[in-house]
Amino acid sequence: MSTTKKELAVAALRNGTVIDRIPSTALFQAVRLLGLEHSKCHVTIGNNLHSGKIGTKGIIKIADTEFPEEVLNRIALIAPNAVVNTIRDFEVVDKRPVRLPDTLTRIVKCDNPKCISNNEPMATKFEVVAHDPVVIRCHYCNHTVAGTDAQIL
Amino acid sequence: MSSNSLVSISDISRDEILDLLDRARYFEENPNSKILDGRVVATLFFEPSTRTRLSFETAVNRLGGRIIGFSDANSTSTSKGETLKDTIKMVANYVDLIVMRHYLEGAARYATEVTDIPVINAGDGANQHPSQTMLDLYSIYKTQGTLNNLTITMVGDLKYGRTVHSLLMAMQYFNPTFNFIASKELQMPEEYKEFCRTHGIKFTESTDFSEDVINSSDIIYMTRVQRERFTDIMEYERVKNLYTLHNSMLENSKPTLKILHPLPRVNEIDRDVDDNPKAYYFEQARNGLFARQAIITRALGIDPRK
Repeated sequence: MSTTKKELAVAALRNGTVIDRIPSTALFQAVRLLGLEHSKCHVTIGNNLHSGKIGTKGIIKIADTEFPEEVLNRIALIAPNAVVNTIRDFEVVDKRPVRLPDTLTRIVKCDNPKCISNNEPMATKFEVVAHDPVVIRCHYCNHTVAGTDAQIL
Repeated sequence: MSSNSLVSISDISRDEILDLLDRARYFEENPNSKILDGRVVATLFFEPSTRTRLSFETAVNRLGGRIIGFSDANSTSTSKGETLKDTIKMVANYVDLIVMRHYLEGAARYATEVTDIPVINAGDGANQHPSQTMLDLYSIYKTQGTLNNLTITMVGDLKYGRTVHSLLMAMQYFNPTFNFIASKELQMPEEYKEFCRTHGIKFTESTDFSEDVINSSDIIYMTRVQRERFTDIMEYERVKNLYTLHNSMLENSKPTLKILHPLPRVNEIDRDVDDNPKAYYFEQARNGLFARQAIITRALGIDPRK
């Protein structure tokens, strides 16, 4: 029953992007990372859906929008196993995992109050030092933080 | 950005470290010259540090360069709200090299990104202080004749002490054995122990500053245990004297042992050690002059040996 419903919901998207396999705990962070709070498009958010692979998962569907790869890859910070489906005319034309970039610029705020990036008008920059689980390090002050604990700008 | 900048000791390779040591050796033999004639160096101290500033400025003066700068940010436009970027870009119009100390972590790294003039980090908060590491390495190299295969015992505040962290990282190329001696509250952070494991560096860890550890050491690197680092003041009172080095403890140590300390010292080395020839902390500070002459000439692309 739930499978049928989910298939129907995905199929209902004529054009746009479906992001699947987001851990339930990271769903709303993913929404923020994509800047969807300010989106005027139809956005459907589902959470705590059953997933054979990761227990429960979240899913985000955005109608009539395709994102640049670097925007989608931001999600890898909190959902390294997320999958992005591009839908055109009801067909999945592209399906691929997100890929964490080596550096994250203007995405994460450093949690060190004595870091220069919190005291100067400048872009923040982090380097990825471990992938599973994700750990990132501030390019400036060298403080490290887990991807799931990172403060999204 | 200039590739001759020095922000962190981990930015430079084994070969570059050895080149800086060779330069330092050269300057110890030839401390005075005119090789910086016509060059202007800025020393920008956004937080006061008399010892480091005097050492850098002496290094420039002995090589015939000129200095501009400030020793306290209160006397600059920073106090009017000017950004670091603007201060650096303004000063970069006037000088060939910037030496800077800042209370914010990452300030020197950021400075390298807003100017093409080389920048030397003279300390950025609790983060990096590479010229201190170079003078430590030079002191070890000079007294032991090598950096290879040495047993180095680090004592005191291993949790917050940036000098021990940087020294540990820089020694990765030279097959050291480390002994980490600290109270439970001030032990070496896990990330540096993990660094040792992944780089195949041998280490032991203990709360006991024992004679066995002392007698096996080529270098004992003492650091200051600060009261404000403790959440439990009773714990501070209990441990503060456990990590004090006395002359009597050195009786059966190696004849070539040297005792280092980044200074200022308080109680962690008893005054009765000062006259022991194994005490090296005052000469260590003097080596800072040669290490900084080495770093400055590298930054300016000048090789004094040619």
